[in-house]
Amino acid sequence: MTSAAATAARNTKVMNRFDLTSRLIAKLKNEEAVIGGIGNTNFDLWAAGHRPQNFYMLGSMGLAFPIALGVALAQPDRRVFALEGDGSLLMQLGSLATIAMLAPKNLTMVVMDNGVYQITGAQPTPAAAVADIVAIAAASGLANSAWAADEEDFERLVDQALSASRPTLIGVRIDDRPGVGTTRRDPVQIRERFMHGMGVREPL
Amino acid sequence: MAVAENDSRPETFGGSWHGVVLDTLKRNEIRIVPYVPDRVLTTLIRSLHADPFFTTFPTAREEEAVGVVAGAWMGGMRGAVLMQTSGFATLANVLASLAVPYQIPLIMFVSERGTLGEFNYGQSLVCRTMRPVLDSLAMEHHTATRLDEFEFIVDRSVKQAIATQAPVAVILSPLLTGGKVFEK
Repeated sequence: MTSAAATAARNTKVMNRFDLTSRLIAKLKNEEAVIGGIGNTNFDLWAAGHRPQNFYMLGSMGLAFPIALGVALAQPDRRVFALEGDGSLLMQLGSLATIAMLAPKNLTMVVMDNGVYQITGAQPTPAAAVADIVAIAAASGLANSAWAADEEDFERLVDQALSASRPTLIGVRIDDRPGVGTTRRDPVQIRERFMHGMGVREPL
Repeated sequence: MAVAENDSRPETFGGSWHGVVLDTLKRNEIRIVPYVPDRVLTTLIRSLHADPFFTTFPTAREEEAVGVVAGAWMGGMRGAVLMQTSGFATLANVLASLAVPYQIPLIMFVSERGTLGEFNYGQSLVCRTMRPVLDSLAMEHHTATRLDEFEFIVDRSVKQAIATQAPVAVILSPLLTGGKVFEK
């Protein structure tokens, strides 16, 4: 984790994924959708307390933001959050420009940046020591992108996102701890429950 | 393409293959159509953009487009993805880890390059990976070669994907579209 400190933009507090996820979920009062990216990101979303409006990815690394974009386009009156790791986002940086082009105001992206592929053995990402995810997002056209300085600042940015008129991206520096829970790996149930949570279907 | 030129009906009412796609998508309430472009798809993409019924836009990668329509489906809006053969070749992971196991009715239109007059060796090789990938996941796919059966293939494929919650690929053969030739 020494590498993460090397870039200029990292004058932010190192926080914890589970803590931040729990803080986010506590703020959601209107059945907001939350898309959890592959691995620890959705493990901590699961651990923060299952909601029918949560969707957990079990593969397709890098697609949390595109999936959330689809939900946001389909339901413009619902606020949609996507939680993604920095390594995952690196796989799909082009999606930032797509989202900037479409500019769905109801989409908020949270990038959990620990500079490592934690789940595979904490190897540093190629970006860890050299690139700034929030600067990449801003340069992709997502003007409303910011690093959260600390937990309080994160909560403030989430509050702003809940009534924003353009897409929001929040970068958070996190430690290299693994996820607290483990999502039940049942893709059909995950998808079906999520569709119930989105009001698209009734249970059988 | 010759058929389209001899047909007096407007394009969007089935006189051309791309008119059939647009018309059939609309009739089946498929609104979100992200794509990574291909020369053969140019007219279809232009028509989709011109029709306010559709939300159509380019994505940087094909798997991104698959993610978008998967999310849209779960949010209650139907979608389809347009791509070229080489783009399909980037999709094995997302098909096997999202579309198939989560039972997403992913509808794909793949403009087929790499056969019937291909001039780029790499395209002809990547084309050969497409059907084995589809077959390895037991995915429904059809190769459309004739305009007279095209509406049937597209309409039935769309309806089956949604009814069975399973992906489908409609491969657009150069026999249908004219393909892309060396002079272009």
